[in-house]
Amino acid sequence: MAGEKYSVLLPTYNERENLPIIVWLLVKYFTESGYDYEIIVIDDGSPDGTLAVAKQLENIYGKDRIVLRPREKKLGLGTAYIHGIKHAKGNFVIIMDADLSHHPKFIPEFIKKQKEGNYDVVSGTRYTGNGGVYGWDFKRKLISRTANYITQILLQPGASDLTGSFRLYRKEVLDKLVNACVSKGYVFQMEMVVRARQFGYSIGEVPISFVDRVYGESKLGGSEIFMFLKGLLYLFATT
Amino acid sequence: MIPKLFQWLIGLSVFMSIWVALVFDYVAVEFSKSNRQIVVLFPFYLLVVFAGYSLIVIGYRVATFNDCQEASEELKKQIQEAKQELTSRGFKFE
Repeated sequence: MAGEKYSVLLPTYNERENLPIIVWLLVKYFTESGYDYEIIVIDDGSPDGTLAVAKQLENIYGKDRIVLRPREKKLGLGTAYIHGIKHAKGNFVIIMDADLSHHPKFIPEFIKKQKEGNYDVVSGTRYTGNGGVYGWDFKRKLISRTANYITQILLQPGASDLTGSFRLYRKEVLDKLVNACVSKGYVFQMEMVVRARQFGYSIGEVPISFVDRVYGESKLGGSEIFMFLKGLLYLFATT
Repeated sequence: MIPKLFQWLIGLSVFMSIWVALVFDYVAVEFSKSNRQIVVLFPFYLLVVFAGYSLIVIGYRVATFNDCQEASEELKKQIQEAKQELTSRGFKFE
């Protein structure tokens, strides 16, 4: 493991309640598995005081573990990653949601998987093996499975979970992908994996359990479905 | 690599050209009446089979979509643990 370091990018917006928990969990699992790491918190000017919480965590865990790279206002996910990569000291970058839907216990598995196949990208998947979800009703599962099925048929992306955003990338691969991707929202996550396939990067997969938001609310409305279809067509025509 | 859309269009036009050639007798192939019927309706049959297959696959995957009850319970426990430990290290929850 000599010389390998993992930078976790945590873009936050109003995650005051979740941030201390996710950081505690990250520290726990990284410490137990012994990998070198840093957690980069990119707060987009949350009005709820997320940044103050992050500063408390920085005091507890130290500046080499908790790296604060706040931005003035909400500027979108893609630019948050670009911003984070610039400051990342690791040679691998892990991106995940800070809302506790992605559990840090899977990160050691991601790392193991990456080493196993020397992958460029390791993607968490809710759709295979022991992967799954918590807190989804029948309708949500149906929409999710249908959307995933259509995407698999049309794009043949070489990864089973396109809209999930719990992934490990080689830093230079993430850098190249982020700069090539133009979509917004969760279509951005789809584009990242589809372009990874387009550029010929290797993708490994690890089944994950996705626990829908504990604090705050999750959304899946007509406008999300519309955005998905638009994104799907865009990727269908361009990749 | 050409985009998926064009790969699909190429595949579709190859298939349709063959079908049109057979149905409108551009190539001389003798069909019996019942075989001709099958050829004419072939694209339709394909669609029905594909739709049926899709419904079965999606239905099966919805039915076998894991409910991660334990994951949720584990997380709830860990949230309590995290709060206790962080508090003992001087973190102030509001």
